[in-house]
Amino acid sequence: MTTTDTSTDRRPDGTHPDRGVADIGPGATADSLPAGEPGGAVAGAIETSTTVASHLHPGGSFEVDDHPVPTGREEVWRFTPVKRLRPMFEPVPTDDSAVEHQVTLPQGVVQGVLAPGQAPRGTVLVPADRPAAIASAQAGEALHLQVPAEHVATEPIRITVTGRAADRRSNAHYVVEAGAHSEATVVLHHQGSAQHNANLEVVVGDGARLTVISVQDWDADALHTGQHEARVGRDASYQHIAVSFGGDVVRLQSNVSYAGPGGRAELLGLYFVDGGQHIEHRLFVDHNTPKSESNVDYRGALQGAGAHAVWIGDVLIRKAAEGIDTYESNRNLVLTDGCRADSVPNLEIETGEIAGAGHASTTGRFDDEQLFYLRSRGIDETEARRLVVHGFFADIIRRIGVDEVEELLLAAVERELEITVGVPAAPTA
Amino acid sequence: MATLEIKDLHVQVETESGPKAILNGVDLTIRSGETHAIMGPNGSGKSTLAYSIAGHPKYQVTSGSVTLDGQDLLEMTVDERARAGLFLAMQYPVEVPGVSVANFLRTAKTAMDGEAPKIRTWVKDVTTAMEKMQLDSSFVQRSVNEGFSGGEKKRAEIAQLELLNPKFAVLDETDSGLDIDALRVVSDGVNRFTGQGDRGVLLITHYTRILRYIKPDFVHVFVRGKVAEQGGPELADRLEAEGYDRYLHESTGA
Repeated sequence: MTTTDTSTDRRPDGTHPDRGVADIGPGATADSLPAGEPGGAVAGAIETSTTVASHLHPGGSFEVDDHPVPTGREEVWRFTPVKRLRPMFEPVPTDDSAVEHQVTLPQGVVQGVLAPGQAPRGTVLVPADRPAAIASAQAGEALHLQVPAEHVATEPIRITVTGRAADRRSNAHYVVEAGAHSEATVVLHHQGSAQHNANLEVVVGDGARLTVISVQDWDADALHTGQHEARVGRDASYQHIAVSFGGDVVRLQSNVSYAGPGGRAELLGLYFVDGGQHIEHRLFVDHNTPKSESNVDYRGALQGAGAHAVWIGDVLIRKAAEGIDTYESNRNLVLTDGCRADSVPNLEIETGEIAGAGHASTTGRFDDEQLFYLRSRGIDETEARRLVVHGFFADIIRRIGVDEVEELLLAAVERELEITVGVPAAPTA
Repeated sequence: MATLEIKDLHVQVETESGPKAILNGVDLTIRSGETHAIMGPNGSGKSTLAYSIAGHPKYQVTSGSVTLDGQDLLEMTVDERARAGLFLAMQYPVEVPGVSVANFLRTAKTAMDGEAPKIRTWVKDVTTAMEKMQLDSSFVQRSVNEGFSGGEKKRAEIAQLELLNPKFAVLDETDSGLDIDALRVVSDGVNRFTGQGDRGVLLITHYTRILRYIKPDFVHVFVRGKVAEQGGPELADRLEAEGYDRYLHESTGA
């Protein structure tokens, strides 16, 4: 078990040959993307941010070849078991029998498809790594879900992805567009087993309120890579909740940038990592507009030999992003020996004119004082641990607001606890 | 009729410079219906006694015994001791984030009784206990002790005492940090508990102030990890007038 805390650092000029994509204005089209050179017409849409970028997020590329097969020594891959993830680096087409998609739409939400390069596909999400580039290139038609402007969806949009075999590959791309002042919730539920490589591209219109809940409820042998990329409109509110329980290796990126001032993003996560499992969440909030807000809160519990959680929380505050407020937090609860939690919050700050910026990372075992207090009221050790773990996750679960997901979560926590409490507790005197 | 009996109790804690003895042979017998006050200067081992009886893992009993009706408490886990009839009101009640007071109380009551309390009467019991301790009914929805003021934490401890109604209660400096109104509310709660006639209380305090509201049957003066003197309520009056200096000088001279 280790805890890491890296401080800010960036290269002096911040430029990168591949970049020019993080700066496109809201009106840009997919066609203009690959050509975006630093200082070019597109990059110039937000002039203050053209010369400075995140050293951790140099911008992406749609070209698979621009992303070499990772060796595991690269900064962004150094925590990942690249050998186990190897199949996801192969640019192979989708096996049609790999996963089954089931889409349930509430009234008023429109379903369509987008060909590669057909806007808004590609206007927000530019692949940040090799699997994302492969997903983009191999996905063919993307599922396109549109919430019309000012429409309030009363039921969640449900996308259920059911994997059919652990050795079958699927590449997918989903585009969710929430029109101005609309309100909707998307539940992206993964189950079964597959090698699932999928991108989610989210456009949150001005004043819209959108929640995306991605549930990784995979069987134990699934591989899952994905890039979830959102652009948050003026005064809009975006909530992304990652819930990861299953899978052999899960590596998800949840990224946010803003299309105008006053946008708010809340990135929440909850994970339970069992022995031998690798669950990795990578967050990147690009504060590229003034008065934008972000709040990141990820909590996980680990148990069993070889359980490995990785959380990378990067926040970039660009020069233009005056008056922003950001806070990110990651907390790990280590239930047994033999687990490893890597937790790395990073802040890159280009302007001091901000309302607030902070981060916190904690990794620890059960609090003996809490257990003592509960047990001194007659509650046995198993039940006391259950209460503490429920309590640890309660804040996140409470904010989900979708009954079926909350129930699923509580059941999953319960299931995981049964494993832990089956193991004799660490000796207490 | 129940008896909590502490015999020749020796307790140590691990420190950076090795084990350190804190209790050096404590003898105390508390019968149901009795209230014993334990008074003493800071660092005399009063809280160590409370935590050792309750089974906190930090404290190692090196010799002696603690029995409740002849049952060996020291052989029991923390929760077994509680279920045997022991309650510890803590000086610094612990915050348990994300666990609501309502859930905590119901779980504790279920553990104590071996069955879930009847919903209708239980909700009423909880509401009544909260009201008696002048805690707003919204407290049951809050996380255990989280964001409570010092006084609210102490009042919540006594609300638990009333709801769980153990045979013996150890109150560890429940009065410290309370203003006079809160002290009265807390004392009334303890008096309702002892008023049942068959409950025992070990009241640990640094100050004599609370003894104006809770009348002890016995007063024990605790100095350097053991009972230095014992007597009736009049001993508390004497302590109020003279302080602990006399005992400290005696023991340094010894």
